[in-house]
Amino acid sequence: MSAPQSLLDVGTEYQYGFRDEIEYVYKAEKGLTRRVVEMVSHFKNEPDWMREFRLRALEIFLSKPMPTWGNTQLLNEINFDDIYYYIKPAEKQGRTWDEVPAQIKNTFEKLGIPEAERKFLAGVSAQYESEVVYHSIREDLERQGVIFMDMDSGLREYPDIVRRWFGKVIPPADNKFAALNSAVWSGGSFIYVPPGVHVEIPLQAYFRINAENMGQFERTLIIADEGSRVHYIEGCTAPIYSTDSLHSAVVELVALKGAHIRYTTVQNWSKNVYNLVTKRGVAYEDATIEWVDGNLGSKLTMKYPSVYMMGKGARGDILSIAFAGPGQHQDAGAKMVHAAPYTTSTVVSKSISKGGGRTTYRGLVQVDEGAVGVKCNVRCDALLLDDISRSDTYPTMNVKEDDVRIEHEATVSKVGEEQLFYLMSRGLSEQEATTMIINGFFEPFAKELPLEYAVELNRLIALEMEGSVG
Amino acid sequence: MSQPLLEIRDLHVAVDGKPILKGVNLTIHRGEIHALMGRNGSGKSTLAATLMGHPRYEVTRGEVLFEGQNVLEMEVDERARAGIFLAFQYPVAIPGVSVANFLRSALKSLHGEEMSAREFRNALKAEFKALHMPDGFASRYVNEGFSGGEKKRLEIVQMGMIKPKLAILDETDSGLDIDGVRIVSENVNRIASEDTGVLVITHYQRILRYIRPHFVHVMVGGRVVRSGDESLAHELEQRGYDWILQEVGAEEKTLQEVG
Repeated sequence: MSAPQSLLDVGTEYQYGFRDEIEYVYKAEKGLTRRVVEMVSHFKNEPDWMREFRLRALEIFLSKPMPTWGNTQLLNEINFDDIYYYIKPAEKQGRTWDEVPAQIKNTFEKLGIPEAERKFLAGVSAQYESEVVYHSIREDLERQGVIFMDMDSGLREYPDIVRRWFGKVIPPADNKFAALNSAVWSGGSFIYVPPGVHVEIPLQAYFRINAENMGQFERTLIIADEGSRVHYIEGCTAPIYSTDSLHSAVVELVALKGAHIRYTTVQNWSKNVYNLVTKRGVAYEDATIEWVDGNLGSKLTMKYPSVYMMGKGARGDILSIAFAGPGQHQDAGAKMVHAAPYTTSTVVSKSISKGGGRTTYRGLVQVDEGAVGVKCNVRCDALLLDDISRSDTYPTMNVKEDDVRIEHEATVSKVGEEQLFYLMSRGLSEQEATTMIINGFFEPFAKELPLEYAVELNRLIALEMEGSVG
Repeated sequence: MSQPLLEIRDLHVAVDGKPILKGVNLTIHRGEIHALMGRNGSGKSTLAATLMGHPRYEVTRGEVLFEGQNVLEMEVDERARAGIFLAFQYPVAIPGVSVANFLRSALKSLHGEEMSAREFRNALKAEFKALHMPDGFASRYVNEGFSGGEKKRLEIVQMGMIKPKLAILDETDSGLDIDGVRIVSENVNRIASEDTGVLVITHYQRILRYIRPHFVHVMVGGRVVRSGDESLAHELEQRGYDWILQEVGAEEKTLQEVG
């Protein structure tokens, strides 16, 4: 069956590909050397322990080989010498949008950030290249002791908390790209929610790459103290260039006893960005960590959000969607590590590939000895829109306990000649029918987003198909 | 007589190059109920799918006119907008799309203008009630996790919302218990106005006790080989299909000898 034109056109338009001509405050030379790392640390006026942490991480990065799994062809095309590792876009961080340089402010306005902030966010952080250029948090949250700031400020203002947790969930030696981030990290968010405080409306960070051959290495650490709740959302975009950029973040989450963290990502990088990210959370007794992870953009994404359930009754949930069009490979998945009894996890992964795009689900379920009463459910659905696209599933189970219940289900389906026929027989045009099928496929993800984001997701899909039929 | 609602002339259809329909002729006027009977593989469902425009069914000869318009040149959705409705033998699940959302979009595409939300909700509620389905079905995903009988009932809920000029019911009775057949039939009779044409495709006579046809046709080997009134259905119920096969065989033999 050949795919209808409307399906082939999904995701071919990218509306965030514009770029700014900016006079940067500082732009490091290209390439990664000890000198660049020391310069970044010096610029930020960091304590010695952090400078040493960076330099150690650099050694690890240089000595670790590139991964020999995943899309090694694309990975080996990365030229680490042709990347800017640090660009400072503005003198200082704005507390109001008027304090942000006009051109950068204008960009974030085009991306709808100030508007979203006015409507439904409790706090916003906006990072441009290597630094956070704008930051705000609602006063009532600040009064309750909620800390939400960029990671650099967090290190300065709360050195004890940062030193206790930074690099503990994801040590630099975890993988080559975690080591890279640890060496040159800049920006990202630092969040601490005091015991019992519920942050009911989301905090958001937005990451924008503007320069060509840029490397963005933000570092995020979220600590939810006992019985607290927080929902954090991140979004990201970049201009379209003919050369590649690199985004390599590290995100560490700590949910203490009874806490609840939801971390939502809507990744929409342009198709020349490598997105190689390490995300991991530890959930203590009765705590819950949810990753809601949407991957629409980038050239190659490798990202496997994990939850380490360290205390009895902890819970991990991962809901991810991926969309891969021509030239894209979304290699995403989940890791669930059950290190304590009566822990529960669910993984739902949904992917769409078209026009030669590839999606991969790579997952690990681990149950340690003694972790009795564990429940785990993994479900992967892949939808192929044509014959030239590809989807693979690589689930790994490592179970060392008998008293557990683990379910795994994977489906790969081709769209939907029968679905299209059914919908069209009720009067929907091919384009309307296609949009409806794709929106429906992503619905379990969309309904977990704040309403405004879900509407935006549906609008994006509809917009990208406009004028594609007839 | 006035212009027929549907006119099928010498229709030949192939699937993957294999001929299935081999010269079907059938005319349906407004207000008429026709039954099309036949064994599995005789081509009944192929005719239904072809009339609705399924892309896998290739028309190799013949023509189909709906209110005088050439149906074969129309896209599937154009046929729906012209007033043709197919109640599917195997309705398809559309995960993530609620019945209400789906039908709202369908009605908007069919009629151009939008019903008020309240009007729509009330109409849908009434249809569910008539089909003895809880209105909670409105927020469920289309056909996902539905039982066979629920899927068939939902087809008739859709027919009630859409109110087509021609309804083709492709084995709507299969998968329904006795009460289900009765409820579905009563609703088809309710929805079909005196101008609606209905084509009931079935193996069995059972549904025809409730939806009483003006004409009964028997399909064998991709052709309509017998047409008659209601009594033909009774005869089939009593005697089975074998006698027709024998008669048809004898006729073909005679034709060959003459030829």
